[in-house]
Amino acid sequence: MSEVSMTRKQQDLILPNGTPVDTSSPASSSSLLNRLQLDDDLDGETRDLFVTVDDPKKHVSTMETYITYRVCTKTTRTEFDLPEYSVRRRYQDFDWLRNKLEESQPTHLIPPLPEKFVMKGVVDRFSEEFVETRRKALDKFLKRVADHPVLSFNEHFNAFLSAKDLNKRQGLALLTKMGESVKYVTGGYKLRARPVEFAAMGDYLDVFTQKLGTIDRIAQRIIKEQSEFLMELREYGPVYSSWSSFEEDLHDPLEGVSGCVSNCSSALEELTEDMSEDFLPVLREYVLYIESMKNVLKKRDQVQAEYETKLEAVVFREDKKTPVPSDVEKCQDRVECFNADLKADWDRWQNNKRQDFRQLLTGMADKNIQYYEKCLAAWESLIPLLQDKQDAKGETN
Amino acid sequence: SARVMPTQERKLFSSTLFHKIFKAHTSLSLKKCKGCLYKISTSMVEKGTSLLKMMEISVAEAEKRTGKNAVNMQETYTVYLIETRPVDAASEGTNPVPDSLWRRYSEFELLRNYLLVTYPFSVVPPLPEKRAEFVWHKLSADNMDPDFVERRRVGLENFLLRVASHPDLSSDKIFYSFLTEENGWKETVFETGFQAKADSRLKALNATFRVKNPDKRFAEMKHYGDELQSVISQLLRVRARAADRLYGVYKVHGNYGRVFSEWSAIEKEMGDGLQSAGHHMDAYAASVDDILEEEEHYADQLKEYLFYADALRAVCRKHELTQYELEMAAQDLTSKKQQREELATGTIRTFSLKGMTSKLFGQETPEQREAKVKMLETQIEEGEELVKERNTECEEFVKSAWVDIERFKEQKDHDLREALISYAIMQISMCKKGIQVWNNAKECFSKM
Repeated sequence: MSEVSMTRKQQDLILPNGTPVDTSSPASSSSLLNRLQLDDDLDGETRDLFVTVDDPKKHVSTMETYITYRVCTKTTRTEFDLPEYSVRRRYQDFDWLRNKLEESQPTHLIPPLPEKFVMKGVVDRFSEEFVETRRKALDKFLKRVADHPVLSFNEHFNAFLSAKDLNKRQGLALLTKMGESVKYVTGGYKLRARPVEFAAMGDYLDVFTQKLGTIDRIAQRIIKEQSEFLMELREYGPVYSSWSSFEEDLHDPLEGVSGCVSNCSSALEELTEDMSEDFLPVLREYVLYIESMKNVLKKRDQVQAEYETKLEAVVFREDKKTPVPSDVEKCQDRVECFNADLKADWDRWQNNKRQDFRQLLTGMADKNIQYYEKCLAAWESLIPLLQDKQDAKGETN
Repeated sequence: SARVMPTQERKLFSSTLFHKIFKAHTSLSLKKCKGCLYKISTSMVEKGTSLLKMMEISVAEAEKRTGKNAVNMQETYTVYLIETRPVDAASEGTNPVPDSLWRRYSEFELLRNYLLVTYPFSVVPPLPEKRAEFVWHKLSADNMDPDFVERRRVGLENFLLRVASHPDLSSDKIFYSFLTEENGWKETVFETGFQAKADSRLKALNATFRVKNPDKRFAEMKHYGDELQSVISQLLRVRARAADRLYGVYKVHGNYGRVFSEWSAIEKEMGDGLQSAGHHMDAYAASVDDILEEEEHYADQLKEYLFYADALRAVCRKHELTQYELEMAAQDLTSKKQQREELATGTIRTFSLKGMTSKLFGQETPEQREAKVKMLETQIEEGEELVKERNTECEEFVKSAWVDIERFKEQKDHDLREALISYAIMQISMCKKGIQVWNNAKECFSKM
């Protein structure tokens, strides 16, 4: 199997016992800390788990070609044997992790992963842009899990971060998948009415999805219009150049304008690319996040429904077919647990959402500001060039 | 509705004073008016033309009129108010009521056609376009559209100022009466008989194809005119398409305004930030209208030189015509001289009907021959006179025309440079506005 580094040329040293040795500078403590985005509302709370995803590498074998990413962990938690880890994982592994988390922590909201499948003809799975976009999303995914007070202590998460070889674990996991999932699959009980607070959540999510969809469409439309504007600019600039070719006095000014338009074109191209690569994917990821949340709400409904049905049966029936009261108590516990977890997760999610969108929209504003600043600089530097000959002429007169 | 001037001011406009004016060189650029970006640049002015020293000219207003046209049908047209004001009085601070009259576009056209025929060696300033061309989708191509009428008003004023600052054209009587005599002006123009002097298209085309030795400089100028016209046309076309796209980019951002507002309704902490950011997005979307209106002025400046290219080529074509006529006269003279020689020596080198008939029907008598020789002599004399005349004509034309072409070149370089500068300033202003709006939005987002 050959390895091709996607971004930097580095050697990963992995000792025989599976523990990695970080020799490359980007993974050193200070730079790792620098690259992490610290959650700014954890006042006083000291973080003890830092995770990053970087260094995509292409692997080519006879069977398949795929990308792996380096997952670096730094932690002081006792649940981990070592303070630092560096492992390589592929998308498949992230997907496995997410599924395990969903199964083992069904009352919690699990962050979304970027889209699994990409149409082979349409998107180049190995292009720099695609890989980078995916890397960012995977990084975000792990960070969200790492920040979660419950999910971050999940054993599968631990294994994901620390195990050298996940494959064996995955194999076992497949077998136990059926067993575990039985736990919370309830037999299709029907819920009469969602409690007000959860109904409100559901409504909120519905409207929010709608608005995100609209914003996505608007952003796409803007990118399209900008691309078409760019096309015209690319034709516009050169006309000034060809004009300058048969002018004497006006040669330099016209060339200057041509150059200026060209600079603005490049700046616009950058803006459009940035919006495509950074803005849209995050937006879409949130739609997936909302879907996950909706599913959790539905699961909660199921649990409540089961409880209510069983409770009713106890209340209205008196013969031996009635379920054991302790069973009903268990259900009640489950409902209450779920509700509590969900509420906590909801609040956390709302907060993260606010920060994420603040960052996203501020980023969008920044990109536009940078675009205009580049254009401004180009045109301002042109003015003295345009006025130049006039002054020279004045002097010779 | 011409206003009556007090008799004191009328003196300034008497024809005797008018005839005393002398020519001088000027390169007065376009006058700044009502928010448009043309500006007076007096950097090259030595002496203004006498006309401009005497009076201020402006096209102050435009009005719609309805009336019966030549075929007795109702039509709607626009008239423009030409105002003239004595310079001295204005500087004294007395600020009298300006003299004024109404003219429609067709009268401007008539004036220009007259000038074209009467001053063929001058690069005659062009009129603003008859119909709106190179429009982008938002602009109406309708001649009655108020924006179009306004831009045309500015263009017509520009035309008058250009003519008034031209060393030769400014002293023309017809031009003067165009500015001052509302009634009967048309008749006066027709009375000059200029239409008869106009060269037919066919004649001009013929000359272009057949001229053998046009002045190189004029040939180059004509080629330059072709290239200028081609490149400015292309520029205007692409610019219009780009303007269309830019409009789209800005306007779609307005949709953010609406969706942010709707979204803010379901948010608690984020709501205010989103709502105010949305307002900035609306402002951003709205700002494109002013931006593109300003750019239209730049397009108008380019258009003027697009049409100027045509005027330049007209002068070159006139040169070709005068040169061709000279060549024709010279050729004719040469052939007549040859005929005389043949008659004298008896050799027939050139084909002539007479020669053939004489071969067929026998030689002529000596008397007949002598009569022929005499006739030829007269023709040769006349021919030589004609060649002399045409040669002088040609030389004088070349001299005058080249002077005006040089003047035009300087004016063109200056004006287009100014146009590019104001275009750059426009772009800078647009960028600054963009930065401001997005900074405002960013502030709102950061408060989310």
